[in-house]
Amino acid sequence: MSEELFKEMAQSIIDGDSDISTELAKKSIELNIHPLEAITKGFVVGVTYIGDQFGLGEAFLPELVMAGEAMKSAIAVLEPELLKLGEAREMMGKVVLATVEGDIHEIGKTLVGTMLSASGFEVVDLGVDQSADKIIGKALEINADIIGMSALLTTTMVRQREVIEELDKEGLRPRIKVMVGGAPITQDWVKKIKADGYSEDAIGAVKIAKELVGKE
Amino acid sequence: MTSKNIKTISDPKLKLEVLTKEDVQKIHNATLQIIEKVGVRFPSKRALEIWEANGAEVDHEKKIVRVKPQIIEDALKKAPPAYKLAARDPQQDLYLDGNHVNLGTDGCGVEVIDIHTGVKRTSCLQDVRDIARVADATEEVAFHWVSVSAQDTPVEARGLHELKAVWENSTKHVQTESVYNVEEAKAAIEMAAAIVGGKDKLRERPILSLMQCTAPPLGHDGGSLDAALLAAEAGIPTGFMTMAACATTGPITMAGDLAVGNAEVIAGTALLQLAFPGAPVFYAAAQTASDLRNGSYTGGGPEDFLFGAATNILADFYNIPLSMGSFATGAKEPNWQAGLEGSLSTFMASIVMSDMLLGCGFLHGSRIWSFAEMMMDCEIFSIIHKMMQGIEVNDETLALDTIAAVGPGSHYLGQKHTRKHMRELFMPQFMDRRPYSEWETKKDDARDWAVTKARKILKEHQPDPLDEKMSLELDRIIKSVEK
Ligand code: B1M
Repeated sequence: MSEELFKEMAQSIIDGDSDISTELAKKSIELNIHPLEAITKGFVVGVTYIGDQFGLGEAFLPELVMAGEAMKSAIAVLEPELLKLGEAREMMGKVVLATVEGDIHEIGKTLVGTMLSASGFEVVDLGVDQSADKIIGKALEINADIIGMSALLTTTMVRQREVIEELDKEGLRPRIKVMVGGAPITQDWVKKIKADGYSEDAIGAVKIAKELVGKE
Repeated sequence: MTSKNIKTISDPKLKLEVLTKEDVQKIHNATLQIIEKVGVRFPSKRALEIWEANGAEVDHEKKIVRVKPQIIEDALKKAPPAYKLAARDPQQDLYLDGNHVNLGTDGCGVEVIDIHTGVKRTSCLQDVRDIARVADATEEVAFHWVSVSAQDTPVEARGLHELKAVWENSTKHVQTESVYNVEEAKAAIEMAAAIVGGKDKLRERPILSLMQCTAPPLGHDGGSLDAALLAAEAGIPTGFMTMAACATTGPITMAGDLAVGNAEVIAGTALLQLAFPGAPVFYAAAQTASDLRNGSYTGGGPEDFLFGAATNILADFYNIPLSMGSFATGAKEPNWQAGLEGSLSTFMASIVMSDMLLGCGFLHGSRIWSFAEMMMDCEIFSIIHKMMQGIEVNDETLALDTIAAVGPGSHYLGQKHTRKHMRELFMPQFMDRRPYSEWETKKDDARDWAVTKARKILKEHQPDPLDEKMSLELDRIIKSVEK
């Protein structure tokens, strides 16, 4: 009986259907299935499948993004149940993500967020044009492991350095690690501003993030 | 009308209809519906006030504006259909009149393939100077976009250092996309006014124009809006460029993507006309499809080429000039992909007579400047320039007398008619038509010849310099912005 349900759960993620994944999550609660079991044996299987297909070049970004959304919807239903049981999902780590102040380029940052979420990170995406204060404030509020900053302009990449300097001033590193990226960012720049990690694309960003939280 | 030492495409003999009249009307109607019902984001206090004063519905919290079609349509009618882009040398003024395709360099790159070492490195002020100088000498380049970022100058005045560098090294028109806040825009206008002899003169002779990006989907950037308003107020040609890309910042389908981009551009353009009726404005676009595997902005591929041909039809519908992204490529070095994407995008944008083409010289999705790529892009433009002249059919070109004189057999090499017309054939600079053995011993190709040509220009070409006193005056203005 639950085997069937787990299959449907995985399929709802593969189909990127948030309505169905929400419904199935609710159904699993009614059937007294342990929420962790629903997540790991059901929904995660779908995410892993799409992730693998994406890696093989068989699935495309919209499928990945929609799988992520469907997963989020299911988790939103199951998480409160987990808390009631005094348990929590095991996450890779917490990431605060933003495009820096003065910069409105969004897509690259969003993709990095999608990939990180799909790989088991808890991601708070603040959006674009975010000041150092807001980024650091959020990181402290949620006790983040990583701050991720995107900058696409040569005039705004300096903001990445400002955040790092501020973190250093407050003695918040190495507790909080800093990962950067964006069109003008190079290895040289990363060294210069002493960031902890850099990647040229979203897949690479996941690998770096895992290294930064010691899970690779 | 021609501009001195500048090759522009005019009096085209080729035609292409990618969108029918009905198609355009449908896109226009969809656009008006989007602006009225969904709205467009204008995160600028000044812009929102202008909209409110003109009867738009303004959501101040979300900064979203919803506008009745009539307001948009009436505003757009105030835009001048044709005007000139002035140059420091008046003989190099450019015509935006629907009958000239003017090529510009690409702009705002972050790295450069060093012209001497061939090694890729961070762009700097000297690169801006060098590129401007080579472009000044090249007849294909009609105007400059500020080519790369002067990353060795202070952030807050970088766009100004770049402008000065171009003016000091070329007499051609300059368009910048690197000035996107009020402070720099003010100073840039002041600099341009200083060169032509005052603000009133600048209205008559705008040697500077400004391009701002919209923020797709359905938005604008605050700094860009304020800069654009200042420029329009000063009578400087100003355009909004949409980059709405299928799948990420726009609908996956091309028609929907056109409608979204169109809504951003015409809403922005209407704003400028409401604020400053009759201000010279242009439509700008670099729409494309996103790569489905990594989300990258492809700037190439069949969708890109079709957008290139479709957009001028929209701009014509609104009766304003167009600046169209072309020559974009994701290629990492000048190669098959770069040649293919450059040729097709530029052909499609030219055949519909886009007024401005942006631009030659870049690799890797508008990030890396290459002099070789620039020179080869220029040759592509020249080939298209030749193609656009079509085939002339008359007694002289049918050459019946000469055909009779040669008769069956023999050859045409010794004919006066041949000699008379031989220079009308296109002579490539960078195409390899040599014997195989010659190539085998040298193993060189277009890329080597193109770089060599750029090096020669850089060594020999002396542009008409800016007066020294004027340079000092520009320095003074720049200093006033630096912290
Ligand atoms: C935390 O850890 C990490 C790790 C990895 C990370 C990471 C963080 N962040 C990114 N990565 C990495 O992983 C991602 C996924 O693979 C990748 O992200 P990317 O963002 O690189 O890739 C995306 C998936 C797709 N790529 C993109 O979306 C960017 C493509 C290009 C063409 C581009 C676009 C599309 C846009 N632009 Co703009 N834009 C350009 C870009 C040129 C280019 N090829 O990069 C660039 C960056 N833009 C530029 C400019 C100048 C501007 N743009 C502007 C605006 C825009 C649009 C809004 C129109 C649009 C963005 C739409 C949106 N909603 O996001 C303006 C900026 C306004 C502002 N205040 O921010 C404006 C200033 C133009 C103007 N005058 O209005 C240039 C900057 C040059 C410079 N010297 O600084 C530019 C290089 C193009 C050019 N040559 O003109 C990696 O970089």
